[in-house]
Order: sequence, then C-alpha cells, then structure tokens
Amino acid sequence: MDNNLTRALRGLGQQFTSRIWRLGYASRFFLALLLHSGTALRRVHLTIREIYFTGVLSLIIILVSGLFVGMVLGLQGYDTLARYGSTEALGVLVSLSLVRELGPVVAALLFASRAGSAITAEIGMMKATEQLSAMEMMAVDPIARVVAPRFWGGVISMPLLAALFSAMGIFGGYLVGVQLIGVDEGSFWSQMQAAVDFREDIVNGVIKSFVFGIIVSWVAVFEGYDAEPTAEGVSGATTRTVVTSSLAILAADFILTAFMFTGT
Amino acid sequence: MSRTSLDLWVGFFVAVGLGALLFLALKVGNLASSSSGDTYAIQAKFDNIGGLKVRGAVKSAGVVVGRVAEITFDPEAYLAVVTIKVDARYKFPRDTFATINTSGLLGEQYIGFEVGGDTEMLKAGDTIKKTQSAVVLEKLISQFMFNKAAENGDKTAGNGDKK
Repeated sequence: MDNNLTRALRGLGQQFTSRIWRLGYASRFFLALLLHSGTALRRVHLTIREIYFTGVLSLIIILVSGLFVGMVLGLQGYDTLARYGSTEALGVLVSLSLVRELGPVVAALLFASRAGSAITAEIGMMKATEQLSAMEMMAVDPIARVVAPRFWGGVISMPLLAALFSAMGIFGGYLVGVQLIGVDEGSFWSQMQAAVDFREDIVNGVIKSFVFGIIVSWVAVFEGYDAEPTAEGVSGATTRTVVTSSLAILAADFILTAFMFTGT
Repeated sequence: MSRTSLDLWVGFFVAVGLGALLFLALKVGNLASSSSGDTYAIQAKFDNIGGLKVRGAVKSAGVVVGRVAEITFDPEAYLAVVTIKVDARYKFPRDTFATINTSGLLGEQYIGFEVGGDTEMLKAGDTIKKTQSAVVLEKLISQFMFNKAAENGDKTAGNGDKK
C-alpha cells in the first residue's frame, strides 16, 4: 500500500516536472524562432505561401461563421432589447460584442482548428518522414526554412481574419436587424458610430487578435516540431494543438480584457 | 522571383482584410468624426454630475458641439470639475448655462448648453458660471414619496382635529 502511494506521488511529480520541462523547451523554441525570423522575412515568398495556406484557405469558414454569428446576435439581441423598448441599440450591441470579444476570440478558435491543426500535422509529418533531419544534413536550418514562415504567416493572417469576421458579423446583424425585423436603419448605424470608439474598441480588438495569432501559431509550430515521429505522435500533437491553443486563447482573452476594458 | 496565382490570392486576402479594418474604423467606429478639427477647453463646476462619463457628449440645441475631456474633484469647494473640449468652430456667450441631461429615461447622460445673451464669448480656460446638476432619479422618487406621505399625514392629522 505504501508502495502504491509513493508510486502515485512519483507519477504526479514526474508529470508536473515534464510539463515544466516542456514549457521551458517551448520558450527556448520561441526564442530560436524569433532569432531565425530574419530569414523568413527576407525570403518573403516563403511567408506569402504560408499566408495563402493559413489565411486565404480559412476565408470561407471565417466569413460564413461571422455572418451566422452576427445574424444570431441580431435575433437574440433584438429579443432582449425589445423587452426594454430600446431596439435601436441593436447596432451597438452587435458591433461592440463582435469588435471587442467575439470577433477576435471566435476567429482565433476557428483559426486554431482550421489552420493551427494543419500546420502541426504538416510539420509533424515532415518530422516523421525525416524531412527535417534531411534539411539539417544539407545545412538548412529547419526552424528558419519551415517553422518561421509558418509562424509569421499565421501571425499576419490572424488580425485580418478577425477583422473580416467582425465586419461580416456586423453585416449579418444588419441583415437580420434592419432588413428582416425592421429596426430603423439610421439609428442602427448612428448609435453604433456613437458608441464604438476607434482607440478603445477597434484598436484593442486588433491587439487581441494579434496576440491570439501569436499564441495559436506558436503552439501549432511547437507541437508539430516536438511531435513524436510516428503516425500516432502526429495525431496526438494535432489534438494537443487545438486543445492547448483554445485554452490559451480563452485565458489570454480574460487577461487582456481585464487590462483593456476595466473601469472608466 | 516570378509572380504566381498564389500572390494574387494572398494579395486579394490582404486587401479584403484591410478593407474590413477600414470598414470597422470608418463605418462602425467614429474615427472620421472624433479626431477632426481643433477644440478649445473650458471648465464647468457641478454639485453632482450623476452618471456623466469622460467622452460623453456636449450638446447645444441637440447638436453635438464637444466632448467631456476630463472629470476631477475639487477638494476645497467639494464640487465636480468637468473639463469640456468644444469644437473650435462654435463660440458660446459667457453666460451660457450648462446642464446635465439624460437622453431618454434610462439613456446616457450628456451636458447641454443653453445659450445666454452675453456679447462676450467664452475663451479657452474659462469657467462656466451657471450650471445645473444631474437629476438623480432616486432622489426625485423619494422626494415625491415623502411629499405624498406628508400629505396623507396632514389629512389624518386634520381628521383628528375635527373629531
């Protein structure tokens, strides 16, 4: 019995230590990534290729979900606001919730599952088929050639996707609120413009999506690079990318919101 | 380096994304209207500002003519000092009357300017002399209830006298 207890404790301790170990490795990896970014930015076509795979191919899912999220916000918001007789504030409700929260967060979650998982699987498969080692043999640094362009492609795509998500959502809210339900169009837009502040709301939303872009891309390239070079290892790493980056996005969102939108 | 169809798609993506940002900034936000033009600062002291906030609107005849820039507390007079940035295109007489109003029953609060007849105009750094504080709804209701109660009390007292 005593033996069982020590074994359980030892297992727990080992798990904890290995987590910390991994975090340290991930941080060192991030630093190496930043140091090698010069090559990725100088050879722009590598990064542009990755923007195509992460950004352009995520366009459809981002646009369609943005539209639907905005339409749902329009319906739900109208229902709630009608109780207080202030349905003209629908534009404010839709735009503020999208620009401040839903745009960056939902776009980042979709981005993590659409593009992040693909990045991890690709780099993991490169590792499993020993393409990365082959590159090292040829004195090509895989971090500079493979990892950094994917990272920067993700970081550049994310704010643009979040902005598109918000814009599309507001359009969806406009479709449902103004065209379908019949909220007054003038007050929909004018109250929105009066309530949404460029510096406070839009810039903060862009900062959020930029931070989320860094988080998702970092987690995705790290999990791929660190994946066990087997089919199982790659699939496990892909799952971990989606889970870890989603949790990290939500936690970072809380912290950023606490800094940005408190008081005043 | 040759151009490829990939570049076209990425260019399209970046252009659409920047377009969305521009749409958010101009159509959804108020970048175009908020940062334009010169302003001059004047001050007004209020007994009670209620729910007035920084960046709240300042209106005259219902038109937005400025914004609340800063709200501080005067520890000597125990008054709220509101700094207002007024659009430089508009000049107001020195005896302008500043009131704190509420848009709608539960809407946000704003400062209203009621223009006086003075020939001299307010300059930057001036203080508005005549102000009226925010109406606190709770106070109004409690005053009303108190009056009602006092009336009823008078009635019962009067009845007692007659008997």
